[in-house]
Amino acid sequence: MSRPNGGTVTDSATIMGMAARVLVVEDDPAAAEMLAIALRQAGFETAVVSEGPKAMPAMRELKPDLVLLDLMLPGMSGIDVCRAIRAESGVPIVMLTAKSDTVDVVLGLESGADDYMIKPPKTQELVARLRARLRRTDAEPAEQLTIGDLTIDVPGHQVSRDGTPIALTPLEFDLLVALARKPRQVFTREVLLEQVWGYRHAADTRLVNVHVQRLRSKIERDPEHPEVVLTVRGVGYKANTP
Amino acid sequence: MSPRLRAQSAVTALAGRASEASTVASELTTAAGTVWRRSLKVRVVSSTVALSSTVVLVLGMVLQAQLAQRLIENKTQAALLQADNSRVLVESELGAVDPTSASLAGRLTTAIDRLTNPDPTGTGPATASAGAYEPVLVDGGGPSGEAGTGQKIGPLDDVPAVLQSAVERGALAHKITTVHRGTAAVTMLVVGMPVASAGRTMQLYLLFPLTAEQRTLTLVQSTLVVGGVVLLILIAGIASLVTRQVVVPIRQAAEVAERFADGHLDERMPVVGEDDIARLGTSFNEMAASIQRQIRQLEEFGELQRGFTSDVSHELRTPLTTVRVAADLLYDSRDKLHPVLHRPTELLVRELDRFEALLADLLEISRVDAGVAELQIDTVDVRTTVARAVASVRAVADRAGSPLELEQPADEVHAEIDSRRVERIVRNLLTNALDHGEGCPVQMTVAADAHAVAVLVRDHGVGLQPGQQDLVFNRFWRGDPSRDRRTGGTGLGLSISLEDARLHGGWLQAWGAPGQGSAFRLTLPRSHGDELTSSPLPLGPDDVSRTSLLPDPAATDPMVAEPDGVNPEAADRVVAYREVPDPAVADPGVADTAVPAEPGRP
Repeated sequence: MSRPNGGTVTDSATIMGMAARVLVVEDDPAAAEMLAIALRQAGFETAVVSEGPKAMPAMRELKPDLVLLDLMLPGMSGIDVCRAIRAESGVPIVMLTAKSDTVDVVLGLESGADDYMIKPPKTQELVARLRARLRRTDAEPAEQLTIGDLTIDVPGHQVSRDGTPIALTPLEFDLLVALARKPRQVFTREVLLEQVWGYRHAADTRLVNVHVQRLRSKIERDPEHPEVVLTVRGVGYKANTP
Repeated sequence: MSPRLRAQSAVTALAGRASEASTVASELTTAAGTVWRRSLKVRVVSSTVALSSTVVLVLGMVLQAQLAQRLIENKTQAALLQADNSRVLVESELGAVDPTSASLAGRLTTAIDRLTNPDPTGTGPATASAGAYEPVLVDGGGPSGEAGTGQKIGPLDDVPAVLQSAVERGALAHKITTVHRGTAAVTMLVVGMPVASAGRTMQLYLLFPLTAEQRTLTLVQSTLVVGGVVLLILIAGIASLVTRQVVVPIRQAAEVAERFADGHLDERMPVVGEDDIARLGTSFNEMAASIQRQIRQLEEFGELQRGFTSDVSHELRTPLTTVRVAADLLYDSRDKLHPVLHRPTELLVRELDRFEALLADLLEISRVDAGVAELQIDTVDVRTTVARAVASVRAVADRAGSPLELEQPADEVHAEIDSRRVERIVRNLLTNALDHGEGCPVQMTVAADAHAVAVLVRDHGVGLQPGQQDLVFNRFWRGDPSRDRRTGGTGLGLSISLEDARLHGGWLQAWGAPGQGSAFRLTLPRSHGDELTSSPLPLGPDDVSRTSLLPDPAATDPMVAEPDGVNPEAADRVVAYREVPDPAVADPGVADTAVPAEPGRP
């Protein structure tokens, strides 16, 4: 899978010196405008789409570095938009939703979103989360990791089993790398939230559960009986040794 | 073993057996009592049988008495007739006897022979009507007071003395008596009469055995008994059948009513015919329909209301997003604003926080009311959950000037809980304690036993007035509306906490006394689904005034129920934590995980 935002870069809202482009998909005009203002203020470049069906054409045209997606959209639900985007690209998607029920959150995450925020978001937190999704370390060393029967080429953002590449979204890749760098160590969900999602304090651990499930569905031979990412009951997750 | 000992053990064994037997007997009695109480059929059938057997018994006895009397009467009449005939015969036989003749004995014998062996002409004594008999002839002596010869023929000993004396006075008499023939006792009808012969009074007794009559009577008796038993069995059967006709529809009705009560509101009774059962069915169905209608209506109203709360909360979120982002933007660039606007901007952001919290709480309450709140059960160390809650209120505690003291077990306390909800409960209890703690230390205790884990939050503030223990969990309830509130609570925190505790199958209880502060205790089962019976921590200080609100309706008297349930080790622990002077010492874990107040927020 191609990486939409190259390999290098930064902690700010820029990628390789250019402002990161955020596509805001939000039907409420006032909210969309305000979000765009706040994101520009934080150094992002923004584009706004107010209807679900227009999201995909805008995606292809603008090639944004990140999508901020409202879940309740006229014409096409945010869930469907999310699935459509995932079908074509691994671009980071952050959902913005008015519904905080577990069902809604999990449904959103399962449709492919990397992170979600409940409306109304605190601007600082929103910006921090978006940056966390865009954050890439500079000049990663040539690092080759092995867990289970998987080989991870960290700078190349490639995961393969027996030479067959496995397509992962950036977030799934980050999650796998975080676990793989310290095999045998058990990561609590809170630690993973901090390392992978950039949360500074405890947040919704459902996020971790859903993404671990999604990761397993791609890398495990049998997702029901995982051999690469193991659950440690009552604590968290760990990567299996090579 | 000494004899005494042996005797003792024998006595013990006997007593044991006796008590066993009495246990079995009492069990049987209980079982029978249960059947009697539960089954209408058994009651109806047994009372019918009991009453019928009384009737059959009385009837049988009357019948038997009547029959016996009639038999005796017939026999007596026939016997009297026979006796008359015999008298004539004997008189004719003895008429010519010379009273003094020595051949008297011979003549008597001849007379008796004539009686027992009727002559071939067939005019002799009619044995057909009165049956066989044994004659006795006695010479009673001459008319002139001359003593009788005492000559007798036949078994005079069998004739009762009463009868003899009556006959000697010249009367015709009869009597029933029992005589012994060999080993067998035979009932006999004895008829006695004087016989006039030439100048001598003689007495003739005829002994009729009543064997045939007795046999008849026995036959009748056994017929009556068999008939009665058969009748009773038939009556029992009939009663059972008839009761069945009534009981079966009633049982059906009961089953339908039970299913209806279980929530199957579409259950109806089958109505057949126009009898009383059918009327019962019709009325029941009407009642069910009416109840169903009302329940549906209430459900619709409830749904509407819950939907409304949920919709409002959701709909408010999008415009609130705009306001929130705008306010944050203003706040971030407040340096560029006119100084007059600094404070308003701060207030705007702070009150938006409150607004959001209120919205979130309203939504949570509406979820609970709708019954859609669900637990994300996980096995976690309760101490980390508590530590997170403590960390999240550090800033508030610092502002309030209340030291937080935490006492908890050194080992991990695993429990199956929804850590998000439990953290929220503890956070709510802590903010509540800080709100009302008036700057005094707030103490937290975590303790666990085999079945439950408890978190106690104790403040030393204004405390609660009597009766307020129940009110604190009410929505939007305020102890003292005029009081300064630091955390700007929504007024829903404790109600949500109570619901969260209930979802876990746990307890959330309050204690308070004016001026002494208050205590809130959360008790949760360590295994999800277990029923709580006791808490590892006592609720209030060990004074008598403590009281609590128990979500569990079964435990209606916490004052009595709780002291037994308090784990003594846990009680010691409470004493221990009072000796902990420094919160930092008491709570190293929390100090490590403390998270600074959100930057950029007032």
